[in-house]
Amino acid sequence: MATSTIKKPQSKIKSTNGVQAKQNGHPQAVKPTDDDRLKVLKTYKIYVGGQFPRTESGRYYVAQNSKGEQLANVCLSSRKDFRDAVGAARGAQGGWAGKAANNRGQILYRIAEMLEGRRAQFIDELMQQDATKQAAEAEVNIAVDRLIHYAGWCDKFQQLYSSVNPVASSHFNFSVPEPTGVVSVIAPQDSSLIGLVSVIAPVIAGGNTCIVLGSYSKPLCAVTFGEVINSSDVPGGVVNILTGKVAELAPYFADHMDVNAMVYCEADAATTKMIKEKAAMNLKRVITYTGKNWITNEGQSPYLIMDTQEIKTTWHPIENIGGAKAGY
Amino acid sequence: MAKSSNTLKLKFDSARQFAPAPESKSAATIKPRYELFINGEFVKPLSKKYFATHNPANEEKLSEVADANEADVDRAVKAARAGFKVWSKMRGKERSKYIYRIARMIQERAREFAVIETLDGGKPIRESRDFDVPMAANHFFYYAGWADKLEYAFPNRQTAPLGVAGQIIPWNFPLLMAAWKIAPALATGNTVVLKPAETTPLTALKLAELIQEADLPPGVVNIITGAGATGAALVNHPDVNKIAFTGSTDVGKIIQRAIAGTNKKATLELGGKAANIIFDDAPIDQAVEGVINGIFFNQGHVCCAGSRLYVQESVYDEVVRKLKDRLETLILGDPMDKNTDIGAINSKEQLAQIHKYIEIGKKEGAEMFTNNCKLPGKGYFCRPTLFTNVAQSNRIAQEEIFGPVLAIQSFRTDDEVIEKANNSPYGLSAGVWTDKGSKIFNLTTKLRAGVVWANTFNQFDPTSPFGGYKESGYGREGGLHGLLPYLNLQ
Repeated sequence: MATSTIKKPQSKIKSTNGVQAKQNGHPQAVKPTDDDRLKVLKTYKIYVGGQFPRTESGRYYVAQNSKGEQLANVCLSSRKDFRDAVGAARGAQGGWAGKAANNRGQILYRIAEMLEGRRAQFIDELMQQDATKQAAEAEVNIAVDRLIHYAGWCDKFQQLYSSVNPVASSHFNFSVPEPTGVVSVIAPQDSSLIGLVSVIAPVIAGGNTCIVLGSYSKPLCAVTFGEVINSSDVPGGVVNILTGKVAELAPYFADHMDVNAMVYCEADAATTKMIKEKAAMNLKRVITYTGKNWITNEGQSPYLIMDTQEIKTTWHPIENIGGAKAGY
Repeated sequence: MAKSSNTLKLKFDSARQFAPAPESKSAATIKPRYELFINGEFVKPLSKKYFATHNPANEEKLSEVADANEADVDRAVKAARAGFKVWSKMRGKERSKYIYRIARMIQERAREFAVIETLDGGKPIRESRDFDVPMAANHFFYYAGWADKLEYAFPNRQTAPLGVAGQIIPWNFPLLMAAWKIAPALATGNTVVLKPAETTPLTALKLAELIQEADLPPGVVNIITGAGATGAALVNHPDVNKIAFTGSTDVGKIIQRAIAGTNKKATLELGGKAANIIFDDAPIDQAVEGVINGIFFNQGHVCCAGSRLYVQESVYDEVVRKLKDRLETLILGDPMDKNTDIGAINSKEQLAQIHKYIEIGKKEGAEMFTNNCKLPGKGYFCRPTLFTNVAQSNRIAQEEIFGPVLAIQSFRTDDEVIEKANNSPYGLSAGVWTDKGSKIFNLTTKLRAGVVWANTFNQFDPTSPFGGYKESGYGREGGLHGLLPYLNLQ
């Protein structure tokens, strides 16, 4: 277990006049002037049901960058946190799927707007987690653009993948995609922001709700992205974000009976096998993305939306009046 | 014109006195023994074993078929792998013509296929003749046309076949399921090893003869017979790229686990417990017909059968009375008789399974009603049966019976019936009966099922995607959507 005292990297903790703030000191000990005030440190919590609780387990781990600097105490989410998140996601699913596609598109666009407004914060977090300034800026730009890309798909992919089927009998028959329901997602672990955004966006664009496990080693953006979601008109429970260990949580993500599909983005063969085996319990759809470079355009496509869709076919008879058979 | 309250009850005694109208067995040739169809030839099984297939309507042996073991499966997969090199490189328009040829040849021999299907499986000849066989031919005809058009099917993607598909099909629609499996696989450039169910292998073997005559390149279609062990060997064979399975949810889960550590893709079309919902504004007589067709079609051996009926309270009594009246008119008997509505149950085991559930239903306190017809002295038969006074938690309302048994419940509000209908691990199909269009679409979008029939039931078409939500499996068969499970998109 880590110690509870965190040494923040310089860029974060330093006050504007260059004086190192005393972390454990009383706030009164520092003069409350603009030049010399104690920074307010952020508590990184999980995002479940539209709220930011701490993990019920009371456990945490210390996120560090490659220089060994301690970035934050991060929640080590438990099975119970996941179960709570599934409950929240299930509760939100009907309402989210029932929203007009156009409205879902506007909400995804709103997420992009909020992310754009917080560019500096995300760039800062990415840099704390080892990204260069240039790479960090690019990653945030692409994340914003990706959300806008999917905002546009919300009311378009259905037309691409729907069909009116020319059946031989007198019936009107059509097939449309519908969300598969509640999706558990283990986000790409080597990326803090773009991987996370790239797997959440297609799932919710299609009307699903989700529980996402962010990157273990680079968890800061996952939590901050929860704040973006929370201020973007996304109903609570549509996106739930946990932090913690893949090895601990993946089995629960795979075997929960009220989860309809699971997305797994790592290449670990043993874990993939375990997930598929456990998913068989309720015939969860298992979607694996391996070797995808999320920063490029291969990280976005309406086919990714379709990975968590079901096709529904509806039939209705057509009356035959006036000789000629009606048909489509 | 007649108002629902004063319709006359039909005189069933006279209705059942149709003169027998049996189809002739001579329309079909059944050999005393069938070998395995591998690499374009009928070969003796390495297992050296055979098992018998019977007519469930009179328990007489029809023929015996080879029991493929692991070595036989391996031989079939090797043949399919060799066939893949030829078939996947063949131009689409040539593949297309081979598949069209199969469709045409099935149409030519429709009568023979229908007779064998009924003899081997027990379904009424009227259904084999008017449904199974023409639908199977149409399925090949539909997918034949896709073979040279795949580049139009998936925008912005190139398609590539998967390789060798291992396909395992059930006994309820033996020829039709073979068509559902083979046609899209061939159109997309894959080769197949197909295993029909052990109780109904004959039409698949007849199809093998036809495919041999159609002169398909060797190894493109291989048909091997056997029971569960043969299926397991096919699923576990390391050189199979794709598993397509239609059958029970339990076996579907075993298959998903078995292939978890591999790159095999799967399509699973599994069990169901479909809700059929009648609202008080529905055309009641039409709905009653639809419910009867929904549960008693093919003796209820249908994964998408409408086995849970929900009737709105205000029309409950009327619907139940009419259902009972209609149920009494159903003619049970010789499947080869063209008047027969309810044929034989497919096997002794399945009959025992259905009887088990009927006993469970009675024990759980539901009220049973059946047709009083006489059962034939030989063969496996089960009277069409319905249960009223059923609770949502009763096993007959939760578990798939796969027989002619209907569980009826009532409801008051839309929300209540949506919740009840969706309260099932399955999600294959559902039915809605109402005259109100807006209500239909409210229901059809909220029912968690892959196929929803509104004011109709049990309709199928090659152009219409079919497949389940939740534990009814995944992947679609039929239509453009049915191509995807056999392709990699690049």
